Amino acid sequence: MGPGDWLSLAQGALVTVALSLAAIAIGLPLGLALALVRWRGVPYASPAIATLVSLLRAAPGVTLGLLIFFALPTVGISIEAIPAAIVTLTLITAAFDCEIWRGALVDFPRDQLEAAQSVGMTAGTRLRLIVLPQILRSALPALVNEMTLLVKASPAVAVLGVVDITRAAVRIGANTYEPLPPFSAALVIYSLVVFLFVLAQRLVERRRRAAEVA
Amino acid sequence: MTTGLAILWEHRDLLIDGFLTTLWLAALSALASLALGSLLAIALMARRPMVARASGALVDAMRCVPFLLFAYIIYYGLPSLGLRFSNWSSGLFALIVYNTAYMAELLRGAWRGLPVEMIEAGHAFGFHGIRLVRRIILPPVILAAVPMLGNQVIQIIKDSAFLTIIAVEELTHAATVIQQTYFLPFASFVSALLLYWVLCVGVEQLVRRVGAHAEARR
Repeated sequence: MGPGDWLSLAQGALVTVALSLAAIAIGLPLGLALALVRWRGVPYASPAIATLVSLLRAAPGVTLGLLIFFALPTVGISIEAIPAAIVTLTLITAAFDCEIWRGALVDFPRDQLEAAQSVGMTAGTRLRLIVLPQILRSALPALVNEMTLLVKASPAVAVLGVVDITRAAVRIGANTYEPLPPFSAALVIYSLVVFLFVLAQRLVERRRRAAEVA
Repeated sequence: MTTGLAILWEHRDLLIDGFLTTLWLAALSALASLALGSLLAIALMARRPMVARASGALVDAMRCVPFLLFAYIIYYGLPSLGLRFSNWSSGLFALIVYNTAYMAELLRGAWRGLPVEMIEAGHAFGFHGIRLVRRIILPPVILAAVPMLGNQVIQIIKDSAFLTIIAVEELTHAATVIQQTYFLPFASFVSALLLYWVLCVGVEQLVRRVGAHAEARR
């Protein structure tokens, strides 16, 4: 593997990380919004979301990506490979995040909500000051776990022609006729990315514990 | 749209073949990786620190690799070791080896939660070594792990779609062929997604049944 190969692996790593971060940044709040609709039991919307989430959780990234990339243009929405990749990964992670948020909401103690109501807090204030800070804490480990799963699902975007770590490694292997060195390098890069997410979670938790002690 | 569905219906055998291939791949690799994962879980729980650490490192490494990358390593790596497999068998092999690590890790989690008294009672009744593991430890461990194992089977079903990239003729591959031949992106991929859904909901129902059965036996 020459220096150019390392450069294209690094570019692939950037693409993987950028796509994953974009999907996480949109998917986390989207999943929360869906979970809140489910939690409130909004008529029609709640069962519709339940079905959609169940479908998305069973959808392989490859298949969903192909659907979005090839079917949207037939209904007049032209979409490039990168946005299609982001939409695919976002939908998948939002569905899983929705279930995680919903689990945390369902476990939220009722008495706290009633106490907040009794001092005259509006629904929005209750959510912002009482519910969100606490469910963020209880849901964090599962959310970070889902982020690492998303990174592992991200090579699905290869079918759209997006060059992420995996596809960069395949290309180098095809050019040099030695596939194992770039694959090993890709393996190390993925491990580093996954490890970074776990590290970030540990840092956040340590900080919060320090803040609680102080 | 309706003409699209009509064309799709005409070529339904393509989708059905793909569906059956996916079903086969998932069922075979779930069973094989559960069996091999049980063996690996024994290594993970071994008293010898060398064995436990080496198998732990193997499992951790596997849990950091995306399945597609691992499938590529098998697909391109095995021939360079002088082993030639068809696309189907190297795909199946990759699914089995990859998920063996995940199954072992799930079983280890359940094993840790097993009450010590149960193992001590086994000792008292003269169970030791592999018989203790097989008759006393593994049955409750596997029953306790069933919900997680079910989730992993769903992951296997979804991961098997990656195998379309190495030209295994599974469900997503069938949908792609229909899309390319008849230009039916919507009908073909939506039907494929619905079939994946059916499979996953089926696994969830099965897990619920086994869970109820286990609860009744307690």
